[in-house]
Amino acid sequence: MIRVTRSAVIDAPIGRVWEVLRDFNSHSAWHPAVGESCIENGEPPDQVGCIRNFHLKDGNHVREQLLALSDHEYISMYCILDATLPMRNYVATVQLKPITDGNRSFWHWESTFDVPKGSEREFAELVGNGVYVGGFNGLRAFLQSNGRDLSRSPASAVASEGVVATAFGGPQVLRYQSIKTEQPSAGDVLIRQTAIGVNYIDIYIRTGQYRMIEPPAVLGMEAAGVVVESRSPHIMAGDRVAYASATPGAYTTMRTMPGDELVVLPNFVSDETAAALLFKGMTAEYLLHRTHRVKPGDTILVHAAAGGVGLFLCQWGRALGARVIGTVSSEDKAKVAVANGCAHPIVTRAYSFAKEVKMHTGGRGADVIYDGLGRDAAAENLAALALRGHWVSYGQASGALETVPDLGSKSGSLSRPVLFHYIGERAALQEAAGRVFTALRDGILETEVRHRYPLAAAADAHRDLEDRRTTGSIILLS
Amino acid sequence: MIKVYTSSVIEAPADAVWARVRDFNGLPKWAPFVAESRIEEGQPADKIGCVRNFRLKDGGVIRERLLTLSDYDYQCSYSILESPMGVTNYVATLKLTPVTDGNKTFAEWWAEFDCAPEKERDLAQGIGQGVFQVAFDSLKTIVGK
Repeated sequence: MIRVTRSAVIDAPIGRVWEVLRDFNSHSAWHPAVGESCIENGEPPDQVGCIRNFHLKDGNHVREQLLALSDHEYISMYCILDATLPMRNYVATVQLKPITDGNRSFWHWESTFDVPKGSEREFAELVGNGVYVGGFNGLRAFLQSNGRDLSRSPASAVASEGVVATAFGGPQVLRYQSIKTEQPSAGDVLIRQTAIGVNYIDIYIRTGQYRMIEPPAVLGMEAAGVVVESRSPHIMAGDRVAYASATPGAYTTMRTMPGDELVVLPNFVSDETAAALLFKGMTAEYLLHRTHRVKPGDTILVHAAAGGVGLFLCQWGRALGARVIGTVSSEDKAKVAVANGCAHPIVTRAYSFAKEVKMHTGGRGADVIYDGLGRDAAAENLAALALRGHWVSYGQASGALETVPDLGSKSGSLSRPVLFHYIGERAALQEAAGRVFTALRDGILETEVRHRYPLAAAADAHRDLEDRRTTGSIILLS
Repeated sequence: MIKVYTSSVIEAPADAVWARVRDFNGLPKWAPFVAESRIEEGQPADKIGCVRNFRLKDGGVIRERLLTLSDYDYQCSYSILESPMGVTNYVATLKLTPVTDGNKTFAEWWAEFDCAPEKERDLAQGIGQGVFQVAFDSLKTIVGK
């Protein structure tokens, strides 16, 4: 029996390192010796018992099984099931510990195994230095490359520019000006923001329909950028991150945020894509999977089907096997909706659609209505709802629903969900964001950013969104 | 039960750090807040169950019993028998682990104890930063490269 032990200090907070290592299939992204890898049977990479099947770059083929995983003790244990290498009874343990003196991580990696007599030294060297030390250096490089250069001085970071709502009202109340950003306290990070997402909620907040600010205050719920300074255990300086936050204030060049609210971006997600995707993609994720679990054969009605959330509902709803009926305000938008998975677009500027929904469903109506319209469309929505249907009111572009609709006429259910109640815990946030990024990687979600404005022109972006001149996501660039 | 955990990296091989900290009677040689120490009843300092009786520079006297000493795991644990701190059920462990990458030492020191709720914050801060971290910082200068 051979025992091999290697250990190292990684200059990154433990939460950041563990986020990578707990994913049993992440090694192909950071380990220089590992080639293609997949988890068998499509199981999640944090399911104990799952098997990773991979090639080493030297041509060898290995299958390893996850034996134990602890988010509490930062331990991952695994064994080799089959390998083209003559190693038997191989059981390895990876453990991280926090270095409280400096917010870094200690990484211990050890294993025991048997090899043919006479080759002990060769295999101890291969595993200890080739695999473990190579892995330490690979992960260090991976964490670095995930970030960007920080050449701009953090000392000047506190000065920022942003878009302030000077009063409640129309787009004219927005003003681009110099503002102050707080220095990060314990748990916070300072972000240099590159791309900022515009969401319809920004308009509700600007007009005062949602009383989430007291003017003068900065708008915006979503942005992406690079971390300049971190005091969070989950994030390191240089990380590319994004967030969809319940606290307005994203329309700025620099922002201090709690690290718990940030998602580290995978390399295949650009800052622009993240700003266009995260808020709306996570909204589509919970609406289709959690508020209502859409299944094959369901008919769903998506309002503003060519809008930011609407397009994702069309794409993802179709991928789930649902038939998507959508309402749009123009023929051009109907084409966009159809190209994104909407089977039956209904063109209307006056919230008149129930008759057509009934026509497309043999008189039955929609099983689920995703309603971002609100008050002025309420009667039509009730008429378009199938018996025992689910009306999901997640927005209110025409004003709030003032009374509870007569659901008894349909045995209907009404939900009034809010994104932030689905992503309040860090684990829930990471899971939701992970599903969105996976859907993007797998081609289920597609983002083509069609509307880019300079941050200083946020008022123009608001005008175009309110006047229904846009399709899909809108971002501001700083 | 409160748990305090402090960890650090010392730029010296684990053997060298352990040689310094394994002496249960050796606090005055490396912990800057300890004035003098003796082992009660003339017992050896590496006999499990022995009691060290030491005086802090601020005058307080503490008696601690050795519970575990492992030259294999570089680990030592002890309980407090008497102290001016107002803690009960206090058990602490000091553990070293070699860092093979760079031949240095990962040092951990943690304690679990009970105390009055209003003292939790101050004691956790005082023990974690005022005792363990200060002792680590001192070790770094004594045995560090």
